[in-house]
Order: sequence, then structure tokens, then C-alpha cells
Amino acid sequence: MTENHTALYGEHRKAGASFTDFGGWQMPLKYSSELAEHHAVRNAAGLFDLSHMGEVWVTGPDAAAFLDYALAGKLSAVAVGKAKYSLICNVDGGIVDDLISYRLADERFLVVPNAGNAATVAGLLAERAASFNVVVEDASAETSLVAVQGPNAQAILLSLVPAEQHSLVTEMKYYAAGEVAITVNGTTNPLLVARTGYTGEDGFEIYVPNADAAALWQALLENGADQGLIPAGLASRDSLRLEAGMPLYGNELSIEGHAYSAGLGPVVSLAKESDFIGKAALAAIKEAGDGVSSGRKLVGLKGAGRRAARGHYTVLKDGATIGEVTSGQPSPTLGYPVAMAYVDVEHATVGTLLDVDLRGKAEPFEVVALPFYKRQK
Amino acid sequence: MSKVAAELQYSVEHEWIARDGAGPATIGVSAVAADALGDIVYVDLPEAGSAVTAGETCGEIESTKSVSDLYSPVTGMVTEVNTAAVEDPAVINTDPYGAGWLFKVEVASEGPLLSAEEYAAANGGEL
Repeated sequence: MTENHTALYGEHRKAGASFTDFGGWQMPLKYSSELAEHHAVRNAAGLFDLSHMGEVWVTGPDAAAFLDYALAGKLSAVAVGKAKYSLICNVDGGIVDDLISYRLADERFLVVPNAGNAATVAGLLAERAASFNVVVEDASAETSLVAVQGPNAQAILLSLVPAEQHSLVTEMKYYAAGEVAITVNGTTNPLLVARTGYTGEDGFEIYVPNADAAALWQALLENGADQGLIPAGLASRDSLRLEAGMPLYGNELSIEGHAYSAGLGPVVSLAKESDFIGKAALAAIKEAGDGVSSGRKLVGLKGAGRRAARGHYTVLKDGATIGEVTSGQPSPTLGYPVAMAYVDVEHATVGTLLDVDLRGKAEPFEVVALPFYKRQK
Repeated sequence: MSKVAAELQYSVEHEWIARDGAGPATIGVSAVAADALGDIVYVDLPEAGSAVTAGETCGEIESTKSVSDLYSPVTGMVTEVNTAAVEDPAVINTDPYGAGWLFKVEVASEGPLLSAEEYAAANGGEL
């Protein structure tokens, strides 16, 4: 696999980041300490490079009807200026990717798939568009994405926005998006800004052409320094999303899994009038109750001791295997080990006491409600 | 680049060992290993009075991101463990060659050890 670099790779090198491969991209794992970066996002703000994620534009008279057909959610019901979390499934109901779609005009959507799935999703959307009057355009290679996340995110973003546009930011609701004028080095350009994130905190994601990404990154860091903003890598992004109970494709979500066992049943709109890819299979799965009354479902686990459960560790009940951990680590915010795991539904009730095989030793864990962490509003 | 302390010897599994005359040897993990692990949040050490064998696991080190086995670079009897590092494992990141030491061993025999120069050259450390 070729090793992709984002337009901000040079900035990360300058900042002394250590790198990791993620979905074929060399991405910053951490700059200094992943714990410090985690706490910065919870208490002040962190700056993430998410340019490895995909950006696929869907434009045309059939844009909404097409996405109703291509995705599991009812995108036609999304108001202009709003975002929606959805799934793209195969005919068997398997999850190809989880993604966020933004409706930016009646006939224009931006679909944002995960880095490792971006090419697959762009290809599938183009394929599924055959009988619709839409243009599917994969802009992933030209588009950078930076996220400012944390309680100080709004103040930091406002420092780059002309006063007359401040209300666009301050009045932007969670899961909303729109163009906002942003001034970098004396030049003002409208950029797509979304109040979304993957950290469990307030925050913004800013879409920017590659050529302008480094200057925006530098300006945010410079203006945000007195607000406690530091660059944050994928290590802290992972611990933040885990605390927030958000699934990660490849860990909690996969082509072999489906929405119902992942707790994403509400994301699937069986009620929408139109057919969609995976609808018949998902209706059958729902009818059969897999992931609800039979099979396994995704749960949160809280460790009683200090040692953490990790991905692929075995979950036990009275010594018998009843599940598998998908993600886990010590929670930096809460101070105890947290994990997500698929467990047999009969052991999935909140309060159930289970064990996780921690490298040969059964350690006690308890099923708890997700998310582990919820910010004070 | 991670620091390699010049006055110590190292195992290929990234433990360092300091031998101070005839007394017990002090053992810890290198800054190379600590930096690679990330922020260390849990450490499981052999108990004082227990026997350890060169090249065999004797505990584990857990960071926010991963778990690694801890190997003893020597064979012998554990005389003391650093309870301060067990209580606050972050010290292994901040001072791996000092306050972040892990345990002391009355050495019967040594496993294969590298000089600081050899270890630094093999692991991209900085002397």
C-alpha cells in the first residue's frame, strides 16, 4: 500500500509528532503525551488533522433520493444546513462504513467516509448512482479537514472569523454546518464549518483546500495558544471517542457486523418509503432479533481493577467465552479501564458482572451504559 | 530522539541494568521503550523475594495504548521493587533511568547485554 501524507504532514514533522499508519495514511499518533492531549481536549482544546478522511460530493436534482437509496438513513429528511450520521451497507446489511452526511443545499450533500474506506465508499456511491440524476465527485485528494475540539473550541474559531459572521458560529447547533468566513494571514475565505466531532466535546470541523491547510493550522495554533489549544494525535482521538462511546470502523463496526447488534438500529430507516441497499436483509435481521434477543450486542464494560481490556480479548462468564472486546484502554478522564465488547445478549444487561481474560488472568468487569463520559452542557 | 543513558547496559528487550559493585543490580526500562509505549498507566512487577530468569517475562507494562511484557535481563533473586513507580507509573516516562527504576536483583547470572553504544545504534536512541 502506498503511504499517503496529508497536506499537514510537514506541520506534524515540525511539531515533533510520532506517526502511525492509519488506513494507509501516515498520521500523527501524538505530539508529546497522548494523555496531555486527551486532557487538553476535555479541559481546553485540541487541534486534529483529519485530512485522511474522505470527502464525496453528491450534487443534482436526485441527490436526496439517491442518498436515501445508497445509505441506511433517510437523508431526504435532513434540513439544509444539518448533518446526519448514517451507514452505508451492502445487500446483506453488512456495514461498509459509517459516515456523516451534510446537506448544504437542496440538491447538494457532502458525504464524509472514514479514511480506510474512502475509496470504497466513493466507488460504491458512483456505482449506486447509475439510475439517478446526480453527480458523485470524490474530492478527498484535494480536501483537508482540521478539527478544533474542546470547551474552548468556539472562542478559538471566532478569533479567525470577522465580527459580522460571529453569530453564524455561535448560533450553529450541534450537528449543523455552513459556510463561514475565516481570515488567515489577512485573507478571508468562506470555508465549510461543521459543529461535529468524534471526541464527546463541543467542537468544529473545518474543510479547507489542501493549499490553504497549513496556514489555517498555524493560525489556529497561534490564536488558540492562550486558550490552551495544542495539536492532538490519533492516540488521544481514540481514547476520547472511546470514552464518548462512539464506535470505530474496524473495531466495533465491520462488513460482517450489522447495525442492530452495534446498537445503531435507530440509524437504519426501514420506515422510509424508498428501497435502499441492504433494506431487505436488515428488515429480516430486525425481525429475527439478532443483536437484540439473540446473538451478540455491543456493550460498555467498566473494569474493577487497574488493568485494561484491549481489542480481541475474550469476555468470560463463569469461565465460559461469551464475547470479545473490540476496543479498550484505561480511561484518562474517568480513571478506570473502559472497553466496548460484543457479548451474548443474555449477558448484555447493564449491571451484569463479567470477566475479561487479561492475558491469561480473568479480571472483573461490569456491563455499563454507553457513553462512559458525557460532557456537562 | 529517545535518550540512552551511557553508563548503563541494556537487554534486547529494552530493559536497562545498573550494577553497582557487589550489591543488587537495579533494573528499569529504557527511554526508547517508554517513549514507544506512550503514557504508562500500569506496571506489574515481580515480588521481592521471588526468582527471575534472564530472558523470561517477570511482569508487564501497560500504557494507554498497549501492553508489553517485562523481561528480566538477569537471573537472580528480587530484593526490592519500586513501589513509587507502581503507585504512579508516569514516572517511568518522565525519569526512566532514575526515579522510574523498577526492581533490584541479587544477580546470579546475566543474560546477554548490550553496551549503551550498541543499544543506541540498534534502536535509534541518542547517547
